[in-house]
Amino acid sequence: MSKTVKLKKGLNIRLIGAANKVKTEVAMPKMVSIKPSDFHGMTPKMLVKEGQEVKAGTIIFQDKYNEPIKFSSPVSGEIEKIVRGEKRRILEVLISTSQNQEFEISEIRSVESMSNDEVKSTMLASGLWPFVKQRPLDIVANPINEPKSIFVSAFDSSPLAPDFNYVLQGKNKEFNAGMEVLKKLTSGKVHLTINGKATAESTFTDVKGVEINKIVGKHPAGNVGTQIHHIDPVNKGEFVWTVNAQDVSIIGRYFLNGKYNAKRTIALTGSEIKNPHYIDTIIGANVADILEGQITSDNVRVISGNVLTGDKISKDGYLGFYHNQITVIPEGNEYKFFLTTGWLGLGFDKFSNSRLFPTFILPKSKKFRLDTNTNGEERAFVVTGELERVFPFDILPMQLAKAAITDDIDGMENLGIYEVAPEDFALCEYVCTTKIDIQDKIRQGLDLIASECM
Amino acid sequence: MKFLEKYLHKMEPHFIKGGKYEKWNPLFETMATFAFTPKLVTTKGTHIRDGVDLKRTMMTVVLAMVPCLLFGIYNTGHWAEVAEAGNRNLDFWANGGAKFMTGLWVVLPIIVVSYGVGLSIEFLFGFLRGHSLHEGFLVSGMLIPLCMPADVPLWMVGVATAFAVIIGKEIFGGTGMNILNIALTARAFLFFAYPTSMSGDKVWMAGDEVDGFTGSTALGDLATFMSDKPTIAGEQVLGNGLEAYANSYSFLDSVLGIIPGSIGETSLIAILIGALILLGTGVGSFRIMASFFIGGYVMGLILNAFGGNEFLDLPAHFHLAIGGFAFGAVFMATDPVTASQTETGKIIYGFLGGFLAIMIRVLNPAYPEGVFLAILFMNVMAPIIDHYVVQGNIKRRLKRVKTT
Repeated sequence: MSKTVKLKKGLNIRLIGAANKVKTEVAMPKMVSIKPSDFHGMTPKMLVKEGQEVKAGTIIFQDKYNEPIKFSSPVSGEIEKIVRGEKRRILEVLISTSQNQEFEISEIRSVESMSNDEVKSTMLASGLWPFVKQRPLDIVANPINEPKSIFVSAFDSSPLAPDFNYVLQGKNKEFNAGMEVLKKLTSGKVHLTINGKATAESTFTDVKGVEINKIVGKHPAGNVGTQIHHIDPVNKGEFVWTVNAQDVSIIGRYFLNGKYNAKRTIALTGSEIKNPHYIDTIIGANVADILEGQITSDNVRVISGNVLTGDKISKDGYLGFYHNQITVIPEGNEYKFFLTTGWLGLGFDKFSNSRLFPTFILPKSKKFRLDTNTNGEERAFVVTGELERVFPFDILPMQLAKAAITDDIDGMENLGIYEVAPEDFALCEYVCTTKIDIQDKIRQGLDLIASECM
Repeated sequence: MKFLEKYLHKMEPHFIKGGKYEKWNPLFETMATFAFTPKLVTTKGTHIRDGVDLKRTMMTVVLAMVPCLLFGIYNTGHWAEVAEAGNRNLDFWANGGAKFMTGLWVVLPIIVVSYGVGLSIEFLFGFLRGHSLHEGFLVSGMLIPLCMPADVPLWMVGVATAFAVIIGKEIFGGTGMNILNIALTARAFLFFAYPTSMSGDKVWMAGDEVDGFTGSTALGDLATFMSDKPTIAGEQVLGNGLEAYANSYSFLDSVLGIIPGSIGETSLIAILIGALILLGTGVGSFRIMASFFIGGYVMGLILNAFGGNEFLDLPAHFHLAIGGFAFGAVFMATDPVTASQTETGKIIYGFLGGFLAIMIRVLNPAYPEGVFLAILFMNVMAPIIDHYVVQGNIKRRLKRVKTT
């Protein structure tokens, strides 16, 4: 039974620099990087050495403590460098790409004819598994668990996010095949949630045998966590798996062609990008070529992902494993005089969810150029009720955050830690008057839960 | 402001760790962050942040209190003249400039002492803990003078402020950690430590009253109805009955605020302007304010239903306009740190606060100013209210498991 969910709470942050619907293909990046830090809590065990030749789809490392989970190279080439940090922790694996892309070829079989276990083991063996994430904990799914349902969000509502309708237009076959794969992974339902306000592409609406739900509302309506909470909430001891819509099509591609082709369309966005548009590139791609001639000034921050949950990368950094967009915004590392642009100024240039700034009287079409300044210093929680306004869950956000800060395991369990991921708190963190890093606190809480209760 | 910014850049190295004046960093940081939003950038989590911060929030509350402050200064000046002349029937609006100056002469020192003592202690704790000034006291420092009687000795203001900041706040960890509202803690401290300077009929008007004149307030007079033997003051001012009371303090006077009382609390209109600012900007909680007024009104109606003497018969809407009720509802009960933190809890908290305020005011003639006691009591109860609201949320989500 499909559901339609209407959200009252939430916030759309109106930023300058949404991508125009123009797609350019850039040359294959010279270097790609797979960062173990993209897979939270995973310790890699290398299976290749520096200098070794790999093909696209060759397994390069596996989870040291859960060996069936393997990670593959998105390109063919040579392992350039294994970058290590303190205590020889692996920070990233750099792979220089070869002129001709070669793929690990596997036998093509129709998904329908495969058993559930065969599908699972194929995904594990091919390195496709990391695309499947799980709630609770928001980590790569543990294949041992039985998920009660699988969720795919057909749109991304975060600021400047790519439009999946555009990105996956015409990729019906791949996407369908990917959804067939997901159906094999659970005895429960596969939920595909589309934006109730926009017309969805046939890529999404033509998928058969899944629940197509609609959700209407502001961000975080497109977050899969919000959708799970309103459609099939996670209770203690239950698991729900999630896959990003573009990754569904990568999975589908593998099962159709027998090749791991990690191509994905990303949006190049942000106020400091001269010509925001879409780009076809590859997972882990070096962004230097992509950003060449696109950035307006030097003092900018390049983010792999969106402004709420993305990772800061350097101008010659690498696209994250799960990211569908690159955002470039100005750095805010300068003093702002309190009466003009600072804390007591009129603030027409600031986007605020509180009515202390005139944002609410400005027309909805007005878009903002926001920088990375925190606009204030961190304090203890003082203001109440503001987090609730942007948190469309039947969960008390401040109480849960406090339980996470105080390492209160019982409190976290009772207040709903199993249902949330740090990204669900991104808007809370954005609006917080006292500038507390709520996502980080929730992550620490989840880590504690992972070590004590899972 | 470029020169100031340059100066800041020049001085900064001296104050950071390892600099010449490292110890003075909290003072430097406070000044610097007041003049300039600091150049801090996001390091983890979201890359952009809302423009709002605690400084702007607290400054808005201070701004919301300005109408009360200005009216309070004028009103203080007026009643000082009344006390001097020994005549309550002086025209309120005549001779305004002089009244304002008289009032300013009384009120300004109280504000200076309150901020001076409070901020000094805050800085002291800032140095001890190595952090800059937290903004909470900006509001408390203004609330304390506004809830004092005009005649309060300055040293008492200082002692009370010190007590409230240290015992009420800093020992719990500072801004955001306190259990009791700071300004009310100061007031309660004075009320119980120096009752003769905080209640009765000598303290509400600045300066010396002429012989035979009583500077009693509406509440003080009403409280005499509750005693077995009406005091001389009650008889003198009111004669007998509610009609005489209404002649002396009409509802309109109470709404306008041209009655004696604590400095900032008398004018309902000035308070409502403040309330509009707080609600318009979303800083104050509408749930708390509205339910506080409703709670008080309901208790007033209940008392009316029983009746029996003039105070019990006082129409319920009078209660909302006299004494510190409205001021407490708008500025004290809504303090987010000490109030209930859940949305449902706020309604319960506000309602019970208003309800108890009028109950204490009327039924206990020793504490006609029941509002501050009621709010302090509810401050203590707020975590319990929240506890049950949170449990409700937990139970609701546990039920989900059984139904699915």
